[in-house]
Amino acid sequence: MILRLAIASLRARALTVGLTILSIALSVTLFLGVEKIRIGAQQSFEGTISGTDLIFGARAGSVQLLLHTVFRIGTPTNNVTWESVQDVAARPEVAWVVPISLGDSHFQFRVMGTTAAFFDRFRYRGTQTLRFASGQAFDDLFDAVIGADVAAELGYQEGQPIVLSHGIASFVAHEDWPFRISGILARTGTPLDRTVIVSLEGLEAIHVDWQGGGRRPGSPTPKAALRAMDLTPQSVTAALVGVESRLHIFQLQRWINGYRQEPLMAILPGVALSELWQIVGLAEIALRAVSAMVVITALFGMTASTFASLNERRREMAIWRANGGSPGTILGLLVLEAVLMGVIASLIGIALVHAVLFAIRPLIDSTFGLWLPIGWPGAQELMIVAVVIGTGALASLLPGWRAYRMSLADGMMVRT
Amino acid sequence: MLLGQSGSGKSTLLSLICGIVLPDSGDVAVIGQKISALRPSARDRFRAETIGLVFQQFNLLPYASVADNILLPLRFAPARRARVDDPLREAARLCRALDLPEAALGQSAGRLSVGQQQRVAVARALIGAPPLIVADEPTSALDAETQTAFLDLLFAQVRAVGASLLMVSHDPRLGARFDRVLQISTIVRPLSRPTS
Repeated sequence: MILRLAIASLRARALTVGLTILSIALSVTLFLGVEKIRIGAQQSFEGTISGTDLIFGARAGSVQLLLHTVFRIGTPTNNVTWESVQDVAARPEVAWVVPISLGDSHFQFRVMGTTAAFFDRFRYRGTQTLRFASGQAFDDLFDAVIGADVAAELGYQEGQPIVLSHGIASFVAHEDWPFRISGILARTGTPLDRTVIVSLEGLEAIHVDWQGGGRRPGSPTPKAALRAMDLTPQSVTAALVGVESRLHIFQLQRWINGYRQEPLMAILPGVALSELWQIVGLAEIALRAVSAMVVITALFGMTASTFASLNERRREMAIWRANGGSPGTILGLLVLEAVLMGVIASLIGIALVHAVLFAIRPLIDSTFGLWLPIGWPGAQELMIVAVVIGTGALASLLPGWRAYRMSLADGMMVRT
Repeated sequence: MLLGQSGSGKSTLLSLICGIVLPDSGDVAVIGQKISALRPSARDRFRAETIGLVFQQFNLLPYASVADNILLPLRFAPARRARVDDPLREAARLCRALDLPEAALGQSAGRLSVGQQQRVAVARALIGAPPLIVADEPTSALDAETQTAFLDLLFAQVRAVGASLLMVSHDPRLGARFDRVLQISTIVRPLSRPTS
């Protein structure tokens, strides 16, 4: 009955209560939305590479190695000799090794040399495998596979020839040996979308006539001669490793880190990604703080409007008192109203954030490669909502206490 | 009946009787219970159980239905609640007895006319048959004809419930209908505040 009366009381003040609820609902929407995007961004970030147990390369910082090999950001690390790769691949713990070689570019996009196994082994967002939007993996020496962004931004089609540039941001092109686009990858939301992938041998072939940073004088080696050559690379940038059993990851990591022939370092991509996110994710704290402030502001608004309504509700309090209600009843009524407002606002907020997410999700996915999960509100969202409602109830204690005092002082003798 | 001009302390006396205001000194006893000795929560409970109150006007929660208004005191008075088998039916019965349209039960109390509101207040005071009905100038907001009809209904129902009625008024003409009429000026002496 008290609940029914509280609802009726709220409905009687529909306009102010409605506006208050709306402001809380919008603030909850903002907070939950920020949370959703934050979690989505983190998951997307940490899902950049998966299914790979270790990445090893020349000894450097783990974040540097990760940035370079996975995000293709930053300066290249030293190379790893082919022999080392072979040694690692020969370890009994190792299931597969996919070497990668970086260093060239195509316009603003990095070129990555690797083996065909890359397309089978690479995983992102947990268990997602690479799919081709058109075409297939490279099978000729001068085949190239391009990421979705490369195709979209440069307007490339399957079968089109492209010329790679030597180094990064350089004007020297490998124009003698154009590559043919054999396939275009479907969008992954990872840096692969902005990568041109060729075979290690193809990468080796276009560098046959190069020495150090410059082209060897004389005419270029003809294609036929290149195809006859042994194009096994001398060295690669890094390699992705899968183990037979996850139990052996650390054992293998120790072995690689202690490798005698050259200084190597192996990192666990998941761990390194989390480390990196802690740096990148600092902005998220600011974002959360701001949206939390918005929620607090909305709750303040509710408290203020409750305070404002107290005077016109003195008569009502007197009626409660006259019929046996204690001052505590009145305090309880005000808190109950605040909780009701909080619950309604939270429900609206949750509905709204899901509706908005549902509406803009395709846009976010295609623009940022960020796939935001929409599901039933999780434990964390319920926690947030509970905190909002609880804070609202706490805040209502202030006007509630005032009403308590007023009803003690007024008794039944309010003449309005 | 308690007769007195406005400002003569009638309302304060009623507050004392209802246990909402405590005396600075001395005791207040209602139906043999020293209410000034009770703890605040027990006093609220005692008020809910023993006293049905009717104010001059604005008796009802305007946003609540008539039925909820009538049933309100039962929420705080288990003994009164226990005396009523089916609260809703009892509320409907009281409405009929007080000449209120039964359809009014589901309506918002704020929509009723002042006269109807006063009768709803009486129904609320009577439900669960508390031993004492306190009415603070219940007719002053009504016009003369409605007053008589209202008082007729009030008396009939108070008698039916078997309660005592304590009514405050400034209108001596109503005195004929009461067993006892007290002038407040004869029982209340204005007290100059102690200066020391």
